[in-house]
Amino acid sequence: MTTRQARLISRTCLTLALLVVAVPFVFPFLWMVSSGFKSATEIFGQPSLIPRVWRWQNYVEVFEYQPFARQYFNSLYIAVTVTVLTLIISSLAGYALARMRFAGAGLLMLFLVSALMVPEEVTIIPNFFLIRWMGLMDTHAPLILLPVFGSHGVMATFLMRQYFLAIPKELEEAGKMDGLSRFGIWWRVALPMSRPALAAVSIITFLFSWNLFLEPLVFISSLERFTLPLALSNFTDSYGLPLWHLQLAATSLAVVPILIVYLIAQRQIIESFALSGVKG
Amino acid sequence: MANTLTDHVSARGLRAPRFSLRQREAIEAWLFVSPTVVGFMLFFLGPLVAVVYFSLTEWNLLTQQSTFVGVENYVDALSRNPDFWHVLRNSFVFALGLVPLNMSLALMLALALSRPFRGVVFFRTIFFAPVVTSAVAWAIVWKFLLQGEAGAVNQLLAMVGIDGPNWLREPDWAMVAVIVTRVIKMVGLNMILYIAALQAIPRDYEAAARLEGASSWQIFRMVIWPLLAPTTLVIFVITMIGSFKVFDHIYLMTGGGPENGTLVLAFYIYEQGFKFFNVGYASALAMIMFVIVLALTVVQMILRRRDMQ
Repeated sequence: MTTRQARLISRTCLTLALLVVAVPFVFPFLWMVSSGFKSATEIFGQPSLIPRVWRWQNYVEVFEYQPFARQYFNSLYIAVTVTVLTLIISSLAGYALARMRFAGAGLLMLFLVSALMVPEEVTIIPNFFLIRWMGLMDTHAPLILLPVFGSHGVMATFLMRQYFLAIPKELEEAGKMDGLSRFGIWWRVALPMSRPALAAVSIITFLFSWNLFLEPLVFISSLERFTLPLALSNFTDSYGLPLWHLQLAATSLAVVPILIVYLIAQRQIIESFALSGVKG
Repeated sequence: MANTLTDHVSARGLRAPRFSLRQREAIEAWLFVSPTVVGFMLFFLGPLVAVVYFSLTEWNLLTQQSTFVGVENYVDALSRNPDFWHVLRNSFVFALGLVPLNMSLALMLALALSRPFRGVVFFRTIFFAPVVTSAVAWAIVWKFLLQGEAGAVNQLLAMVGIDGPNWLREPDWAMVAVIVTRVIKMVGLNMILYIAALQAIPRDYEAAARLEGASSWQIFRMVIWPLLAPTTLVIFVITMIGSFKVFDHIYLMTGGGPENGTLVLAFYIYEQGFKFFNVGYASALAMIMFVIVLALTVVQMILRRRDMQ
């Protein structure tokens, strides 16, 4: 057997093994979409990936059962707001920490590092009282404020700082010669140079906010203020049992757009996670 | 009027600059970091101090009464309340089940996918897809797939003659089910970190070892694995911390049941705080979680430092 043949065989075996491992990664998505088109009775009948009767009606009922369009929009605008605020605030702080000398910088770094180590679950109880005291219960404010200023925001700050450190000093000097203020250098020199870092922070922040669950669960009580993850868990009958056909149709509506964006930009998205490296 | 204006201008021209360049930079820097600092004080540092205090009180939200009780809550958790040790044990079982499974699978996938071949992008895309999917959606779909007899998993098992258990209704199987589905959800992230580390290893090392007649396994054992050690350590700590924090998965798939079989620390904190309104006790539990996570991080830092030397 030549080495070429041996290589071909080992490669084929590897591909086959990977295909088998891929099943539990792909199957749930296929089954979710397919079941979203089935009737409540067919869902537990003979298993089949293709529905016997395509029940498009499910997708109408999803919007009738609760204000799903509104909830969808809530998730979208909250995620966009969180992303924009995080970009501005973390890049400002990241820039100062990377490029400016000031008393207290070391101490500030130390505090920020410590924030990375503390899970949200630890501070959620006092934050609950703080938000209640501020009169912001059952509003979207905590869903925006906590991610922006919590450990996720701190991680974004570090990511930006690392990136700014790598920008050549000469470019800043040139900016200064042209009469730019610090703010101007940040806006016109540093930010345009750090597009990859900004893209990475945007992608991770958007997904982080979009998928947030504990905070909405604690702070939101009105149906029309629900975000998607809360809404998805809310398709139940009067006994609290899941209405599977509706729940899976709604889950498909929530997941498929994200998956499509992911498939289009998979390289960029995967690299963003590799760059940040630390979001369990 | 004109007079005062000229006075003003001349006064400014004569006076020395109010701040030195150094001071000006410091002031500007603090303006840059001020949103972060204010938010950090308000939503992180303040709450962290508060949770320490809360943990020393007996405070039930329903009775609205808060009394200082010292370390009573901790004593209660550690010695009187049998639930606590059960919950802690569950958290460790979850972590010790998840971490080795996640890391070994991630490493194997990374080894298979770190070099270009036809289909490499396809497979990377597939294994990473659950990472970008919301945990809620993932948990809902798997709960659906793992229904007793009618669930797709058991239907598929039946086709090959296996009589699957009622996964989420039996305490031990429920734990297995949440661990495995969580691994499938998160393994892509570790895979990517391992791929990045593997690609950073110079190819010459491997070529040199191969010239000396080393087998693939020897190359992995003697060359690649030691070079991956720093990455392995980071992944270990991240995954361990992540598994202590697991909440949404448990909340949606099992609700801590059956028979408290999957009641883990993060879920227990939520339950005590927001379902039973035991603010003091829940805060003490949160502090215990904090200490566990902190210990893990400190161990990682010490090991990393030793690693670098």
